Amino acid sequence: MYQTTYHRASSVDEAASLFAKGSESKFLAGGQTLLPVMKQRLAGPSDVIDLGRIKELQGVELSGDTLTIKAATTYYDIMTNADVKQAIPAIAYLTSVLGDPAVRYRGTIGGSIANNDPAADFPAALLALGATVKTNKRSIAADDFFQGLFTTALEDGEIITAVSFPVPAKAGYEKMRHPASRFALTGVFVAQAKSGEVRVAATGASQTGVMRVGAIEAALKANWSPSAIDSVSISANGLLADIHGTAEYRANLIKVMAQRAVAAAR
Amino acid sequence: MSTVKLTVNGKAVAVDVEDRTLLVQLLRDHLNLTGTHVGCDTSQCGACVVHMDGRAVKSCTMLAGQADGASVTTIEGIAKGDELHPMQAAFRDNHGLQCGYCTPGMIMSAIDIVHRHGGQLDEATVRTELEGNICRCTGYHNIVKAVLDAAGRMKVSQAAE
Repeated sequence: MYQTTYHRASSVDEAASLFAKGSESKFLAGGQTLLPVMKQRLAGPSDVIDLGRIKELQGVELSGDTLTIKAATTYYDIMTNADVKQAIPAIAYLTSVLGDPAVRYRGTIGGSIANNDPAADFPAALLALGATVKTNKRSIAADDFFQGLFTTALEDGEIITAVSFPVPAKAGYEKMRHPASRFALTGVFVAQAKSGEVRVAATGASQTGVMRVGAIEAALKANWSPSAIDSVSISANGLLADIHGTAEYRANLIKVMAQRAVAAAR
Repeated sequence: MSTVKLTVNGKAVAVDVEDRTLLVQLLRDHLNLTGTHVGCDTSQCGACVVHMDGRAVKSCTMLAGQADGASVTTIEGIAKGDELHPMQAAFRDNHGLQCGYCTPGMIMSAIDIVHRHGGQLDEATVRTELEGNICRCTGYHNIVKAVLDAAGRMKVSQAAE
């Protein structure tokens, strides 16, 4: 790891001002992605601003039909939170298949979406549920937030403070896990909003990161059942292909994972 | 350089380290607690697992500074004098190790698993929960047996306290 200067911020405002003082600062939440990247010397921030102990970034609130998860809440705390389990059990399930137990104790929802790994789980949940990302400057709809591989709408120095999810009528998530990295070889999050709108998002599949799957949305809108997806055809164009699977394999996985997610949805 | 103050195995310590120092380096290189191992150094193998404020974390994927103010327990801190922790005793009795390299991390993760699941543990749960700890010798069979054995012993020792 290159030399760096570590700062622990005690408030969002302090974090923002510490960030601005460094020549090439990075925010650190759980560190489960940033630290491995720094150890490989793929990143060498001058200053690391730790958001992990900021109290105003911790916790979950359920108010009416909105579930708000603050940005530095760890996967473990999300997975075991009673409000999450009751309001959107698919999110609790998603966190239970994310990483491994030690990673879940440290990794955070804010860190996951700020990094926007093309195979990360949380971007699919945000996109399918039509969530809103709250920052220290503004609110950003999930549709506008994710902008491609490791790219988001966040400006330099902008801090995610929370994610608000509208509580859906039904939602489900299933993924084919890569057995070593535990990232999604392909994962699909399906959601039926209380308004009846159906949104489906796939992660780990597209070359441009998390994406909506319009054909499956239309099929499920007409008939919310796994069999409704049988006749959908998914193009392999633009899908990821690597040593773990071809684009055609991932196209098929989108269908299969979507069917399993609908079957599991509640 | 910064001074990191934390509690390690019940003792308050203050260590001057470079800011880029990982928690595992602080433990091994500065405190000579070499029971915590570095296996893969890429967050996958779990040989470096320690408990921080009661949670099993990978000490190779934390800066030492992130542990400032925390209470850390390593493999050296779980026995009571000469009396092994029930998890250590179960690993010995069930031959839950061969080369032993992964064992400290396995034991620290396994204790955390028992704390979280209590008496609800079954073989499938243990196997799933151990996915962040890699062993290249045993095939896991005796490790799983040891964890299930220790879960029973820990229940008994808790009840006795």
